Amino acid sequence: MATEATDATGGGLVFHPMDQFIIKPMFGDGDIGLFTITNSAFWMILAIIVIVALMVVGTRSRAIVPTRSQSVAELAYGFVYKMIEDVTGKDAVVYFPYIMTLFMFIVTANFLGLIPTSFTTTSHFAVTIILALAVFLTVTILGFVKNGAGFLGLFWVSSAPLPLRPVLAIIELISYFVRPVSHSIRLAGNVMAGHAVIKVFAGFAAIWTIAPVSVLAIAAMYGLEILVAFIQAYVFTILTCVYLKDALHPHH
Amino acid sequence: MATEPINEEIAGTCVDSYGSAVGMPQLCFEWFPNQILWLVITLVVIFLVLSRIALPRIAAVLAERQGTIDSDISAAETLKLQAEAAEAAYQKALTDARAQAQGIAKETRAAIQKDLDAAIEKADTEIAAKTAQSEKAIADIRASALDSVEIVAKEAAVDLVQALGINANDADIVAAVDSQLKG
Repeated sequence: MATEATDATGGGLVFHPMDQFIIKPMFGDGDIGLFTITNSAFWMILAIIVIVALMVVGTRSRAIVPTRSQSVAELAYGFVYKMIEDVTGKDAVVYFPYIMTLFMFIVTANFLGLIPTSFTTTSHFAVTIILALAVFLTVTILGFVKNGAGFLGLFWVSSAPLPLRPVLAIIELISYFVRPVSHSIRLAGNVMAGHAVIKVFAGFAAIWTIAPVSVLAIAAMYGLEILVAFIQAYVFTILTCVYLKDALHPHH
Repeated sequence: MATEPINEEIAGTCVDSYGSAVGMPQLCFEWFPNQILWLVITLVVIFLVLSRIALPRIAAVLAERQGTIDSDISAAETLKLQAEAAEAAYQKALTDARAQAQGIAKETRAAIQKDLDAAIEKADTEIAAKTAQSEKAIADIRASALDSVEIVAKEAAVDLVQALGINANDADIVAAVDSQLKG
């Protein structure tokens, strides 16, 4: 890490905190085609493997008294299931596999990203925008399918005074379309910022007088990032539940 | 953090000649199709694995566990009821036995009392008979004693009269004593 901090040409301290987000082919060199297994693809496949190991291999004994891995799988299951029940309602449990997929992917990718020298797939807008757009489109389509034109009642705040309602409708409409943007940038931004800050501290570690402070700061940031990795997955999932609730019950 | 926008022309060189990122790699649209493709593949695989295998399995395990717990609790409930019934039966048996014992004791006491009363009564009659007999005997003795006194008195009177030298008929003396005794 320290070698990256000093630019060979400049001689002074030059940070490249964003270099860790560069996408490159995992095996060999060359251009990045559509199907090239890049570092991003590699860590996504690793995420699949981890999820399968936890949720399928870990629960293979189907024990009444769970083993450790089965316990964790059940914990994740119960966590998301209860979230959907509490936030969206009992009629939303049919969408449980969909939300569970989002949660498991994000939380696994976030934690895999915390392994030193790994690549964090959820730090890229391309990934989070697709995740957020999938939620946005699902919610919007589901809202119209379930409620027809009644879904537009979401924007017509019937509890507000009548003159205010058109104004509120415009605000509600804007906020509705900003949802996928905030939804995706929140996740990628948090993950990216944490990793970049750790990299900047790592760059400072090249100066030996600052190094102890820098290492301590990296340790502290790492602890914070562990928290962020879970919390951002949780926030993304719970917001999905909230949006889904709007689709199923658009009336306030 | 350099954030200058990346336009289409230099998008092909998201990485500079030193291998460092130009701007934010997140905004390098050249890599988007690859990332999105692999993301979709990943999500579909995870979704299939979760919805087909993992989630039904965990749901079954949780339901089975809940079932086991419920049946265990109901079995415990049944056993508890049985234990309570057994205890009630035991208490009832104890009470019955106690009542029975009291009954037997009472009966025994009554029987003993009856025997005792009979014996006392018999003894009383015997005592009364004996007393009457004794009284009769005493009365006889007393009567015979009075007769004896009379005889003795007559004899003594006759003797006394003879001793005084008065010549008198014995029958007159006896008659005189009789009249004195009656008087």
